[in-house]
Amino acid sequence: MNENCFDTPATLKNSVHDIRKDFPILNTQVNGKNLVYFDNGASSQKPQAVIDSISNYYSTMHANIHRGVHTLSQRATQAYEDARVAVQTYFNAAHSEEIIITRGTTEAINLVAHSFVKKGDEVLISGMEHHSNIVPWQLAEVNLKVVKVKDNGELDMDDFKSKLSANTKLVAITHVSNTLGTINPVEEIIALAHQLGVKVLLDGAQAVPHIKVDVQKLDCDFYAFSAHKMYGPTGIGALYGKKDLLNAMPPYQGGGDMIKQVTFEKTTYNDLPHKFEAGTPAISEGIAFGAAISYLNGIDWTWAAQHEHELLAYATEEIKKIEGVKIIGEAVHKAGVLSFVIEGVHHYDLGTLLDQMGIAIRTGHHCTEPLMQRFGITGTARASFAIYNTKEEVQIFIDALKRAIKMLK
Amino acid sequence: MTIAENEKEIIEDFALFSDWEDKYEYIISLGRELPLISDQYKTEDHLVRGCQSRVWLHADKKGDNIVFTADSDAIITKGIIAMLIKVLSDQPAAEVAKNDLKFIDTIGLKEHLSPNRSNGLVSMIEKMKLYAHAFSSGI
Repeated sequence: MNENCFDTPATLKNSVHDIRKDFPILNTQVNGKNLVYFDNGASSQKPQAVIDSISNYYSTMHANIHRGVHTLSQRATQAYEDARVAVQTYFNAAHSEEIIITRGTTEAINLVAHSFVKKGDEVLISGMEHHSNIVPWQLAEVNLKVVKVKDNGELDMDDFKSKLSANTKLVAITHVSNTLGTINPVEEIIALAHQLGVKVLLDGAQAVPHIKVDVQKLDCDFYAFSAHKMYGPTGIGALYGKKDLLNAMPPYQGGGDMIKQVTFEKTTYNDLPHKFEAGTPAISEGIAFGAAISYLNGIDWTWAAQHEHELLAYATEEIKKIEGVKIIGEAVHKAGVLSFVIEGVHHYDLGTLLDQMGIAIRTGHHCTEPLMQRFGITGTARASFAIYNTKEEVQIFIDALKRAIKMLK
Repeated sequence: MTIAENEKEIIEDFALFSDWEDKYEYIISLGRELPLISDQYKTEDHLVRGCQSRVWLHADKKGDNIVFTADSDAIITKGIIAMLIKVLSDQPAAEVAKNDLKFIDTIGLKEHLSPNRSNGLVSMIEKMKLYAHAFSSGI
């Protein structure tokens, strides 16, 4: 693989018709119906380029990376490191070593919880966090403060300001809520925190499929994200961290690849990014992550944002016409997610019947139990959209929803 | 009726349904008819926790037989519970303990009992068998 394998193509895709052709799974039939896949918030589907990348890797270049002198190892290392540079470029990080490859958002947050904070430090999170941005802090035994969520699903910025202080070690907040779809005012959060010298980690898992993130422009200190929600493979993601912060942090896990020299008396650690990447990584997934980035580089993001906005707006408008439906999360700025409850209908029943009609949505607490408690519910039904979804699919979903409600009420 | 006869009856009922809608409408109607568990048993102790729907289960002895009552907050889960109760309740505990409940698969509802269906049904069946085993062995 040569160094320009993840380059941006000359023409950008801006047609849902063309994009759908790139995702073979969209032709699947489920229970005899054409699949309508609205569970993108949990994981998006993969374009052929990503699928081919994994197959190509194992067919032509598999070997362990970073150590071998032989050709295959060098080829695999080059492809893996090219992928890191592709991620760096896509997110506009200043240095490629600021991209720590992890198993995903969860591991990225756990890394920061392990290596950046210590027991008793004050960490400010919000009431709309995914469990993966709650539990790592509890394990680290920090002093957790929680910013309130308003009834419309927006972050209570007055509460944020009152809880943020120079004593805060870290603000760790989601960029986009997986349950509510709320896009948080992260620029304002970062500016306020930085005025007091407080560092900021953003959980970008739900943001990256919808928003083109520029980490330098945002000026966040850490940004955690997963490949599988942005059309890449599962089991891989990254932590972006500012170089000076990452350099000052102790390693997270010990093992091969992360060391310079090992003796029984003293071990010295490798430089960034390898210091945080112990053991043989998910090589094929890493390379396919690069292929996903390359695919995204070929998408017209202005079109994509507008397309997803239209899908959400149309679905919201249509669902509001159905009696007994209550939308959970009506923030002014939302991305890709429509969460709702229906009076007298359990979300499990709804999910089951929609599945019978070939429609995949997510039901349950979406790994945000405290947020469910905040709204006094046990779960919601959630439709979440991606660039390959269509208005026609939204219509099929709305019709199916009406049919399911009729059966269940 | 024996467990096998009960199973046969349900399988015959389901053979009449030509599409998923009829099948689920029937399950939902069974759910509505399910004898509710007595309030005194609808407690944490009797709760079988699923990630999405919750199930409450209580078992009583009636001679050598075991009698189940149950409830769920989701109607489809409740309908499937109704079938399990129809098949297994008021049957000899020793028979319940060794039954493999193949009818669920036969009527095409296997997906509700797969480990990723976090509806509490798999745990509920385990619990039903545990009760049956305990009752039949006199524990």
